[in-house]
Amino acid sequence: MSPADPAEIWTYLRQDPLLWLTATLVAYALGDLAFRRAGRKPLINPVLVAVALLAMLLRLTGTPYERYFDGAQFVHFMLGPATVALAVPLHANLRLIRSAFWPMLAALIAGSVTALVSAVAIGAAFGLTGETLLSLAPKSVTAPVALGVAETIGGAPNLTAVLVIITGITGAVVATPLLNLLRIRDWRARGLAVGVAAHGIGTARAFQVNETAGAFAGIGMGLNALLTALIAPLLAPWLVALLAG
Amino acid sequence: MIVNLVVLLACQLAGEVAARGLGLPVPGPVIGMALLFAALIMRPALAERIAPTTSALLAHLSLLFVPAGVGVVGHLDTLGQHGVALIAALLLSTVAAIMAGVYVFLLVARLTGASE
Repeated sequence: MSPADPAEIWTYLRQDPLLWLTATLVAYALGDLAFRRAGRKPLINPVLVAVALLAMLLRLTGTPYERYFDGAQFVHFMLGPATVALAVPLHANLRLIRSAFWPMLAALIAGSVTALVSAVAIGAAFGLTGETLLSLAPKSVTAPVALGVAETIGGAPNLTAVLVIITGITGAVVATPLLNLLRIRDWRARGLAVGVAAHGIGTARAFQVNETAGAFAGIGMGLNALLTALIAPLLAPWLVALLAG
Repeated sequence: MIVNLVVLLACQLAGEVAARGLGLPVPGPVIGMALLFAALIMRPALAERIAPTTSALLAHLSLLFVPAGVGVVGHLDTLGQHGVALIAALLLSTVAAIMAGVYVFLLVARLTGASE
């Protein structure tokens, strides 16, 4: 085999899933390293750093997202099994969860309703209307459910997809400084609230901080998916008509 | 390891089938989580068996959101001229939801004697 010129190697690499799968893992490892080096500052969120690095790399190399995703889909796919895996910390914290049934239920309802109503109300106050507000309503819910809810209530699923991810990253970045500032030391309360407000990305962050917080965040995420799917179709159109009609 | 992955995938698969078959408003993996949880209650020994795999997966849960995050960067223009208003609404609403959840949890925990 004669040595190929670099352009040919590049042509092969950019079409092979291997390159973008590796790049995703390297970018995340760099993000995680930056997070540790910066003294675990929440703003240096590993997901945020990895996303920024990869977005720059895709732009510099002129790579379309679809080609990137050919490689990254293997990482993306693991979200399903990881969600199932949340049952294990749930089971490990069973005694704690059972004893906190009523606080959990109340916090779930309060967090879920606040997430929906405040997003629509603040959006309306900033002059947003109709479809945009409806797309905003399910933003705290895990992506597949949020997209379904957006479709049902007349929002734009494309826009909702973007808003859901930004909400998750926002929650993961602000939760620790906010809750430390408020001097909240109950890991159950911290985890549940973050899971309800910032779905899986918030839950991932909670697991980095504390196992119990992670378990409660997982419950918050799962139950809020169910609750929002039930209440958003009743609440959101009425709220939008009231505030921006 | 292989058996552990089979357990996770089988629960997810059953969850997907249930979600679609029964038209439930919850994604398949969340139902899969409930199924695995039920299995763990019935057979607690299973927890110890699959814990190494699930801990490894959950320790790097944030990695799994990176591909979706990269997708969002390409679609930031869908925010359009409403970008500032949308980001402000997301930020304030997320802070409000976290605070509402935390304080209601602590209040009800105190009322029901479930405080730490």
